[in-house]
Amino acid sequence: MAKISMKVNGKTVSGDVEPRTLLVQFIREHLGLTGTHVGCDTSQCGACNVHYNGEAIKSCTILAVQADGSEVVTIEGLAKPDGTLHPMQAAFREYHGLQCGYCTPGMVMVAVDIARRLPGADEETVREELYGNICRCTGYQGIVEAVMAGSEAMQTGVLPLKEHH
Amino acid sequence: MGQYGIGQPIRRKEDARLLTGNGRYTDDVNLDGQAYVYFLRSPYAHAKINEIGLADALAASGVIAIYTSADLIADGVKPIPCEANAKSLKGVPLFKPPRHALAFERVRYAGEPVAMIIAETYNEARDASELIQIDYEELPAVADTSRLADADAPVVWDDLDSNVGLHWETQESAVSEAIFKTAYKTVELDLLNNRLVGNPMEPRCAVSHHDAQTGRTTLYAPSQGGRRVINAIAKDILNVPPQSLRMVSLDTGGGFGIRSKTYPELVLMVWAARKQPRALKWRADRGETFVSDAHGRDQSTKASAAFDKDGKILAVRNETIVNVGAYLSENGAILAMMGGGKIMGTAYDVPVLYFSVKSCFSNTVPTDTYRGAGRPEVNFIMERLIELGAEAFGISSIEMRKRNFIREFPYKTQMGCLIDSGDFPGTLDMTLEKGDYAGFEARKAESKARGKLRGIGIGYYVEGAGGRPFEEMRVRFEKDGKVKIFAGTFSHGQGHDTVYSQLLNEYLGVDASKVELIQGDSDTSPKGAVGTFGSRSSMMGGVAIKRASEAIVEKGKKIAGHLMQTEPTKVTFKDGVFHGGSSSVTLEEVARAAQDPSKLPEGLEGPLDESYYYERQGESQNFPNGCHLIEAEVDPDTGTVEIVKFTAIDDCGTVLNPLIVDGQVLGGIAQGIGQALVENTVFDNETGQLLTASFMDYGMPRASDFPMIGIYFNSVPSPTNDLGVKGAGEAGACGAPPALVHAALDALKGYGIRHIDMPLTPEKVWRAIQAAKSGKAA
Repeated sequence: MAKISMKVNGKTVSGDVEPRTLLVQFIREHLGLTGTHVGCDTSQCGACNVHYNGEAIKSCTILAVQADGSEVVTIEGLAKPDGTLHPMQAAFREYHGLQCGYCTPGMVMVAVDIARRLPGADEETVREELYGNICRCTGYQGIVEAVMAGSEAMQTGVLPLKEHH
Repeated sequence: MGQYGIGQPIRRKEDARLLTGNGRYTDDVNLDGQAYVYFLRSPYAHAKINEIGLADALAASGVIAIYTSADLIADGVKPIPCEANAKSLKGVPLFKPPRHALAFERVRYAGEPVAMIIAETYNEARDASELIQIDYEELPAVADTSRLADADAPVVWDDLDSNVGLHWETQESAVSEAIFKTAYKTVELDLLNNRLVGNPMEPRCAVSHHDAQTGRTTLYAPSQGGRRVINAIAKDILNVPPQSLRMVSLDTGGGFGIRSKTYPELVLMVWAARKQPRALKWRADRGETFVSDAHGRDQSTKASAAFDKDGKILAVRNETIVNVGAYLSENGAILAMMGGGKIMGTAYDVPVLYFSVKSCFSNTVPTDTYRGAGRPEVNFIMERLIELGAEAFGISSIEMRKRNFIREFPYKTQMGCLIDSGDFPGTLDMTLEKGDYAGFEARKAESKARGKLRGIGIGYYVEGAGGRPFEEMRVRFEKDGKVKIFAGTFSHGQGHDTVYSQLLNEYLGVDASKVELIQGDSDTSPKGAVGTFGSRSSMMGGVAIKRASEAIVEKGKKIAGHLMQTEPTKVTFKDGVFHGGSSSVTLEEVARAAQDPSKLPEGLEGPLDESYYYERQGESQNFPNGCHLIEAEVDPDTGTVEIVKFTAIDDCGTVLNPLIVDGQVLGGIAQGIGQALVENTVFDNETGQLLTASFMDYGMPRASDFPMIGIYFNSVPSPTNDLGVKGAGEAGACGAPPALVHAALDALKGYGIRHIDMPLTPEKVWRAIQAAKSGKAA
């Protein structure tokens, strides 16, 4: 067993883990933060994306012990404490970027990362950037629209609303 | 139409919860003292089990129990029943082999569960599984669908002479043959409809526990409405009273048809929980999900069409082999005829149809209903025949479609579906206009300048949505002002909470924030509830909610009349308010009064709590239809097919919430494009091993596989239900595949390539191009 400690969603947490414990297992099973999901076992699906020292990573790709001393933000840490959605979360709702919700936390975490790294990214770039995240429900259209609109909202503070035909 | 009523693109009530990590899926359930389950699965596709040695595994660290089929049989656990029924023309019924929850005497597909290991931790259960010694005697396996009915194919079930579990056919064989002999032109095509893995993003998972005090067992598992599943486990398999079992489905991460089944693991989790004093938890990884969920499609078809001199269809012949896998899952053996055959002809007037299905066993994972369940298959066949017919006549396929479209409704298909409504020519024209068909040649020239071959393709579909024409809903006004809907339909991404709230807003004027959907619990779902599949929730559940609302109004009028001292027959109701003479009283006030016996008229009991069991007479389905238009660019050097323009016009009847219906159509399209472009389930034909059992091997569609898709509606309300709705979920899976294949073939026209089986991977397309160049075009 190894003792680890890290900052998760702004709070310092610690735990005793088997060395083989993945970061996602630590987050879900030790910390009880079940918003981070596991959708595969080959690091393809992206449902387990979190922010690790400010960057989106698949939390199944590193061990919990590797994350010792790091700063992690999970989907639970994105909205304001009063429940106000992060602009990207609001964009996913506005553009129907989710159906069953299982891939959603990972999608949102990656979307925020895309918006930070590539503000104003065009549609093609957003689609390429989402390569590591699989959604089975939406056909991605709402997600792509949400990433672009959410990105704009993160810059301007105003979420462009979806237009209906 | 109110601000929150029918037809508004209301943002979903579900989303805030799901977006903030507050969804609750089965893997998020952990019960005190739970032990962990691991299923040991067969490494062979076909083998005799000579002996199972458990001693070492039982002695391993942390192991609590290990079960095999011997334990099930000793305990009187029955095989999982197959409710499908069908007979051959000669009256021979479908062969239904016993499917024990754990393999009995033989394994018949790689991945079949053989032993259930329960241990203190998941890792201990998994480690112990490696100590189980099984003496397998490997037998020849068969996986290749087109070979299953061959005389020399290995036979999966000794009770049969071949793998044909049922040869089902219509009577028109001789009639149609005669027509083909004298027809002006005929076309014929062999095609494969590729096997697909549904792959909901949430892997398989279940938690169970038995309460010794109450004698009840609770199963937590994702589903599409668990009442049918848990009833089957109780009545047909474990022989215990249904009320002794409860199934709870929390948030469910996708279903797509395959999550509605009575799977072996669910049976075992319930049964073992009743043997063990501990709660049990099983969580499959993706690889295990690949072999434990039912698969979809997998048909091999020979189809032909006969035309008169004007290009009008005279007859269609269709002979299909469907690969049902090693055992019969619920509807795998009949979906080709009951799902597909019944609407064969699809959008076209087909006066004579011969339709034959051989449901064949193989050493593969069982197949069953998956997004469309038989309808995508026949739509693909029919659209291919139309295109080939157009080619044979040297006319455009648009013209060919128009010459053959059904134009008068209701129209009875050869196998007895009554297509209620539609505007097929109008929908086609609207598609061509919205998709700027006229501008295609210019875009093609522009592509050519970049070295790309651009093609355009149409997929017109008609699908039969619904089935099982009954559903019950209960609407109850609570003391705290909330209005609860108790449902047996089950939203696993479809946004029922939002849409059902819109219905209550429309019919009762109830504020959507006050509506609470109670679903996914066999204890609270109404007795007459069925579940969510086949795009049936609005057309069945929605109507039941409307009628339960009407019953609320009727009862409300009596109470309102009493409160206003007006004759109830003179009370009217509008937008949440009862009016009588010059007085009025709100539904809220009436609901509150209904909680107080002193305010009720004599003989009436509160609260406002009405159930409605809706049973539809006549045609049990309705018929969403539409036209999908795709432009694709093919890179002749690499064989890559890229979708560059996509326009979809759908007739889903009345649209309750365009945001959500768009989402349903888009999701169906993504799965249709997945089938046509990247998804393929590959078995090794010698060993029967599944070669595509991870996201590294199985092509899941990605965001970069799609352009922005133009979604529009040409709605013709269905006259067969109160809401006028038609299904929406399966539209895309029916329309997109033929449209994509036709676009690619149109791009490849210069090579004379007649057909390529899905998926159109770069390798396949490249090979077809090379073959064509060397004079061996497909």
